[in-house]
Amino acid sequence: MNKIVQKINKGKILVSDGAWGTFLQQKGLQPGECPEEWNISRASDVYDIAISYVEAGVDMVETNSFGGNYFKLKNYGLQDRVFEINKAAAEISRKAAGSDCYVLGSVGPTGKLLMMEEVSESELYEAFKEQSIALEAGGVDAIMIETMTDLEEARIAVKAAKENTGCEVFCTMTFDKIIGGEFRTMMGISPTEMTETLVDAGADVIGANCGNGMKDMIGIVKEIRQLNRTIPILIHANAGLPHYHEGKTTFPESPDDMASNVKEIAAAGANIIGGCCGTTPCHIFKVVEVVKSL
Amino acid sequence: MKELLFKLAECIEFGKINCASAYPPQMKGEDGADEITRKALEADVAPQDILTLGLMPGMERIGVKFRENKVFVPQVLMSAKAMSTAMIHLKPHFLSGAARQKGTFIIGTVLGDLHDIGKTLVAMMVEGNGYKVIDLGTDVDSGKFIEAVKENPNAVVGLSALLTTTMVNMEKITREIKEAIPGTVVTIGGAPVNEEFCFKIGADNYSPDPQGIVEYLNSKIA
Repeated sequence: MNKIVQKINKGKILVSDGAWGTFLQQKGLQPGECPEEWNISRASDVYDIAISYVEAGVDMVETNSFGGNYFKLKNYGLQDRVFEINKAAAEISRKAAGSDCYVLGSVGPTGKLLMMEEVSESELYEAFKEQSIALEAGGVDAIMIETMTDLEEARIAVKAAKENTGCEVFCTMTFDKIIGGEFRTMMGISPTEMTETLVDAGADVIGANCGNGMKDMIGIVKEIRQLNRTIPILIHANAGLPHYHEGKTTFPESPDDMASNVKEIAAAGANIIGGCCGTTPCHIFKVVEVVKSL
Repeated sequence: MKELLFKLAECIEFGKINCASAYPPQMKGEDGADEITRKALEADVAPQDILTLGLMPGMERIGVKFRENKVFVPQVLMSAKAMSTAMIHLKPHFLSGAARQKGTFIIGTVLGDLHDIGKTLVAMMVEGNGYKVIDLGTDVDSGKFIEAVKENPNAVVGLSALLTTTMVNMEKITREIKEAIPGTVVTIGGAPVNEEFCFKIGADNYSPDPQGIVEYLNSKIA
């Protein structure tokens, strides 16, 4: 129980993995294709991604289950296969992780807006419950609720995972840096508001993912720490913000660029450091190097 | 009458849907967009004036605030809800010709992309600024856009995408629309796109926020 948080409380800084979405695209995932379906039809490609990160030296690796909830899978007619798909995702990453590495079960947003009454609170709860149970069945250590922008949806996801599994529950939101320099999610939530609500809801680890490179994430970590000195913080940073030029999308930050901010973000209070869009095993390898030297 | 329309604009700006609604807290217990629109129509205020002097100023103010990061998606959605409540009372007057919309705007998220919040916000704000809006939804191909333009001559087309992998579809869609109906104005938006991309693919305009699109449309019909 609480294996990851226990390690953090002993003072360890842990490294998490990098991008999955951009990696899947590199392997040929087409626009309009269901990424989670690859856990069934292209399991060895999914395994390749997981093992790449394990070999880069991470302490934990995620699962290919970001869009694995009822509502997202419904777009592909796969909503009746939530259990099968998420369990498969977990099993693949579990196999790659072995016994040394932890597995985080990725749970992304449903894409439905509570405030527009596109979905009810109980429907959201059921969807997150179903997905979390399946991930646990496949062997994850923690439920990784991520890329959330709506605080109420995030809170419901945390509760659903906490109340229906024995896993540790992590939750990160996606913040943008707005005109005055503050951080807000698309729905107007600040890191401070997130901290209050999610700690209260029982999240074991909170933080931010996507939307920012490592440097800008430092400000988010500082804001969380101002309010709460002890809650473990996880950051999954992009390799900078994407540029589209001459038909190609590139993420500007190199592995060294990303690694150069690791010392400062750890000092600011981050406990788990990893990557999001545009990051590769090379990026993560450099992060591992810096963390080892801390 | 002026007082009534001034109040209506406030309801739109602050997202006050009706009297029963608890949002926003500072307008609790007051009439909302629903009641005021009905009262204005009963008092024989011209539907056109309700739109241009009541609804549109409110939408413009929230659009500017959103651009300036002073309010966020939830506040814009509440304003849009207030506006669509008012529009229910005005719709019959548009159909009868008593009130006119400034033009038609066709919008959709491109093929392969299921993201819709940006598109939905733009659709709501453009409608609140006096345009007829045809929202084709998400994952829309060239054929659907072309069909909609054929049914609505002189409509401006808006393309939305959130992913770098789907924004590439904008090039083909733009080209095919312009081949099928030459002279069609195409505007693009979404997190990964920019002005450089817009001109590269042969589109006519890029706006980074909903208020920008409204201003562009207004400049086109002026």
